[in-house]
Amino acid sequence: MAEFRRGYGAAPWHLLLLIGCFAVTGWIVLRLAGEPMAGRMLIWFLGAVIAHDLVLFPVYALADRALRAGLGRRDTPSALNHVRVPALAAGLLLLVYLPGILGLGDGVYRAATGLEPRPLLARWLAVSGGLFAVSVVVYALRWRRRSG
Amino acid sequence: MPTEPPPQPGDPTPDRAGPGRASARSGPSAGRTDPHGYAYPARLWRALDRHRPPGVDATADAWRSPVRGPWLTSVLGAVLLATLPLVFVTGLLDWIAYGPRFGQAFPPDVGWLHPPVFAWPTRPAWLFRLTQGLHVTLGIVLVPVVLTKLWSVVPKLFDWPPARSVAQVLERLSLVLLVGGILFEIATGLLNIQYAYLFGFDFYTAHWYGAWVFTAALVTHVAIKLPRMVTALRGPGFARTPLDGTRPEPADPDGLVSRRPGPATMSRRGVLALTGGGALLLAALTVGQTLDGVLRRTALLLPRGGQPGAGPTGFQVNRSAAAAGIQPADTGAGWRLTLRGGGRTVELDRAGLLAMAQHTADLPIACVEGWSTEQTWTGVRLRDLAALVGAPEAAWALVRSLERAGLFRQARLQANQVRDPDSLLALQVNGVDLSPDHGYPARIIVPALPGVHCTKWVREITFEGRADG
Repeated sequence: MAEFRRGYGAAPWHLLLLIGCFAVTGWIVLRLAGEPMAGRMLIWFLGAVIAHDLVLFPVYALADRALRAGLGRRDTPSALNHVRVPALAAGLLLLVYLPGILGLGDGVYRAATGLEPRPLLARWLAVSGGLFAVSVVVYALRWRRRSG
Repeated sequence: MPTEPPPQPGDPTPDRAGPGRASARSGPSAGRTDPHGYAYPARLWRALDRHRPPGVDATADAWRSPVRGPWLTSVLGAVLLATLPLVFVTGLLDWIAYGPRFGQAFPPDVGWLHPPVFAWPTRPAWLFRLTQGLHVTLGIVLVPVVLTKLWSVVPKLFDWPPARSVAQVLERLSLVLLVGGILFEIATGLLNIQYAYLFGFDFYTAHWYGAWVFTAALVTHVAIKLPRMVTALRGPGFARTPLDGTRPEPADPDGLVSRRPGPATMSRRGVLALTGGGALLLAALTVGQTLDGVLRRTALLLPRGGQPGAGPTGFQVNRSAAAAGIQPADTGAGWRLTLRGGGRTVELDRAGLLAMAQHTADLPIACVEGWSTEQTWTGVRLRDLAALVGAPEAAWALVRSLERAGLFRQARLQANQVRDPDSLLALQVNGVDLSPDHGYPARIIVPALPGVHCTKWVREITFEGRADG
């Protein structure tokens, strides 16, 4: 047992679990291999990881770094989180409702329902503007309380 | 605030010496005897450690957040562990609600990944509205939790050497399945409910199998990491630590804690509040698509928020008559409903149906995309129609639409769905005749049945088999 641990780097149950995990995935891969669109599924699966880890994360981390560099920390109260919070909220809404905001599904929606899709870009801008406005008001109140 | 936090009581000397912080990075899941934690083949891992690609040391030093650490990651992990199973189970329930016994669930052939199937009940009438609304809403609401969880562990992605044992190589491969799986499910789900089929593959197949890949990886991950999570949550908590008192945790075996932490700009509870706030914001902008009345308008950024039309038939339409290719001539005075069963065939026109006993029921119509709406439907009970052709004990009914193409131009109903007193061939809604887009001259409405199986523009119902035999 100790020999196994030293060689493999973990207990035997660790290996068994992972074999089980890869067996399920392997079975699914074999099953989907015949699908005409299997290649696209694989691209989207791995693409999602790359898009998050190597695009989305670096972009928001760098934006945050720039923000921290730009907003002096010595301000009391600090304005940093009053920009961060609404920016993250607006970004989150954009990310989740992106297909609708960009109108990517408008054609399908119109064809299926005969209805005109609602213009969502303006709404997202309005909601985001509202979030920033609330943040500015809260900041102003904190500032006044601090100095008043 | 100081850049380097003062040592905390009980803080084991953080191992910041030498390249690679060897002892700080391999956990008990990667048991080690080698002083550097290398398992077989140690030579390979050592060589990797020595040949450091440009940038890995700079990256390892670039993680500044003092709040990253086992506690924050464990809290987020616990939230996901409590909620993701609900998303998974409601997804399976959706598949079962589609009627796999009749080959109506998608994907139809799932091999041994076949959940136990039961006859989908008709009570409570809001069952499918609830399960599918929960599946979609919770899936959306958990997006910020998933993103924060990934943020909390992202330094590990850039760890060097990437592994110190075969165990770690395999575990990291399973993490590709875990992270890829959850992101794939989120992306395909979000695109599907917003009608943007950019991916070009079959949504049902991809979302179904993606869920299984993710679940297998999640079970593995939880089994390996659960002790770590429990330890971190049992240890000192930070839920009440304000910003001023926010310090990094002691160096952890997983290397989540920053080696060169910067000053705290947000407390741990601040990060959790921000994540929870994001979740609440999404909930507030999503839940409206499952509600009626003024509250429906709160789903500001979703295609199914609000009421598209005016009057009693102004509620949401999944598929219009024009899209289904229904000609006015097909639904005019010449329209007949054909009923078959027990060797008999009966034809009825709309006046004939209206002359039968009419029943009214408030029933929701709920879509797999998560939106739903409750309306007041009036029509003939399906069991009365079954009795009319002498098949009151039918085991199932096959309903055919005037629609000639399309995945849902026909649907099979189970015995309990035919017999429920509120299961109707609806002729009217909210006191007026059905509009063409809502299925005029007649449509099916059955409690707790997925919307796409509430066949519109019905032309024929065949009652078959005997429920008891």
